Amino acid sequence: MTGTDRLALSLSWIVALGCVFFLMLPIVITLAASFTSSAVYTLPPPEWSLRWYQSLERRLGLWDAVALSLNLAVVSTMISLVLGTLAAIAVARGRFQGREAIATFTVSPLMMPGLVVGVALLQFFREIGLRDAYWSLLLGHIVITLPFVMRTLLASMAAFDFSLVDAARTLGLSYPRAILRVLVPNLAPAYLTGGLFAFLASMDNYPISIFLTDARNKTLPIKMLQYLEEQPDPSLAAISSGLILLACIVLIIGSRTVGLNRMIQG
Amino acid sequence: MRGRAERIGLLALPGLSFLAIIYALPLFMLLLKSFQIDGQFSVEEYVTFFSDEYNLNVLWRTLRVALLTTGLALIIAYPTAIIMARVKGFWLSVFLVAMVLPMSVGVVVKAFAWTILFRTRGVLNDTLMSLGITEAPIRMLFTETALVIGAANVFLPFMVLPIYAVLRQMDSRLPEAAASLGATPVFRFMNVTLPLSLPGVVAGSAFTFSLAVSMYVIPSLIVGERQQTLSMLTARSFLYLRNEALGATISSILLVIAISVVLGSSWLANRLGARQ
Repeated sequence: MTGTDRLALSLSWIVALGCVFFLMLPIVITLAASFTSSAVYTLPPPEWSLRWYQSLERRLGLWDAVALSLNLAVVSTMISLVLGTLAAIAVARGRFQGREAIATFTVSPLMMPGLVVGVALLQFFREIGLRDAYWSLLLGHIVITLPFVMRTLLASMAAFDFSLVDAARTLGLSYPRAILRVLVPNLAPAYLTGGLFAFLASMDNYPISIFLTDARNKTLPIKMLQYLEEQPDPSLAAISSGLILLACIVLIIGSRTVGLNRMIQG
Repeated sequence: MRGRAERIGLLALPGLSFLAIIYALPLFMLLLKSFQIDGQFSVEEYVTFFSDEYNLNVLWRTLRVALLTTGLALIIAYPTAIIMARVKGFWLSVFLVAMVLPMSVGVVVKAFAWTILFRTRGVLNDTLMSLGITEAPIRMLFTETALVIGAANVFLPFMVLPIYAVLRQMDSRLPEAAASLGATPVFRFMNVTLPLSLPGVVAGSAFTFSLAVSMYVIPSLIVGERQQTLSMLTARSFLYLRNEALGATISSILLVIAISVVLGSSWLANRLGARQ
């Protein structure tokens, strides 16, 4: 190794470690701020306390928002997994024109501005007379979750050996059963990764949801931003810490079963 | 067999029709609506939009912030990806967790954390003052610098991961071979590593830029209403001003920017890939 090599490498290490620090900073700050005893965000906290976690109980409507967000995330992810499986099999096994185009189209909502999709859905639902907020939100959230599922399923099915499904069929399983018993368990890592990221994306979505809510159906991110405008006390940091904990759990499940490196390749 | 392979294609129908009706059609209708006034074709809304200096400022600010965010993210991401492609075991896990955990924590939580950090009596100012770098607190919240830093933080993993993916697949013997042939480190980087990593750089930059152009939660928390961006103007025209014509116009502009970035970058990535 020459001197220039060494210099370049040490500089890269400094940037890379700085990058890790930079990425983790908001998470650490939120956790620290949630355990403060004071009513403002002074850091480090003057005294450690759980008061903002206790105050969450009294937050009217917060638990409704949590329940609605969890409901939407779970249901939309489930529906996306079913729709995604069918579409990914078609792309992987079908022999027809435009398979590439289908793959690109089903992943494309990831790259579209969320707010624009939200606006478009708002106008569309009004046009067709869909007034129910829950159903509007659910349909909107499937648009969010489906591309995450498609991305991982398309990648794994391209590498999946479909003769296993054919073998199961010659042994007497019907096609749907062969898919459920052979393909799904074999692609469990893809289902888990795609599903987990889809779930988290739905839990977090603000720009589409804001256009589809009504006074009674507010998802957690909408409720959080509303609190921030009304009474910006550290109870918001406590809610955020709860969401960080959720992300950690999801990540641990993912890394234990799939491995981190495979998760990001999805 | 031919018949069966064609019938398998039908499995795509439920998902495709869903996205066609609940995603593509509404977007198309939105685009159509922006070219209509009272049912007649018209570009008047666009003329009005582009002849207002305030709107042009918002458009320029949105593009500038997105460019700066992409640039900052790239500067941090490239060396990080280089190191990630070299390390194994413990250090690789550290980097992967640092990428995936923030990606899994929502943007609302992170944008909110940056408002805590940037507060006038916040962590950053306290640190700067106790280090004696500044005497009085600096106003950070509501500035464009704060917005770019916050946005780069949120989108960094989307820049690092594509570059890392490309570099990891690169045969590490290539730079070594160049070295054994007497290439200097600078020459090696410019002629081997950099060109091979360009598809990753293009993909990461396109993703970061299109996310940053259309971000809404981060600017509305970090800079607030004082410095509007296109997304904030869209949300305002729909949710508060009830000016749907203006909202449809701005959304269509955002849509066109996003689509051109996606198409342009995939064309560029293909070309770069083909050349190798």
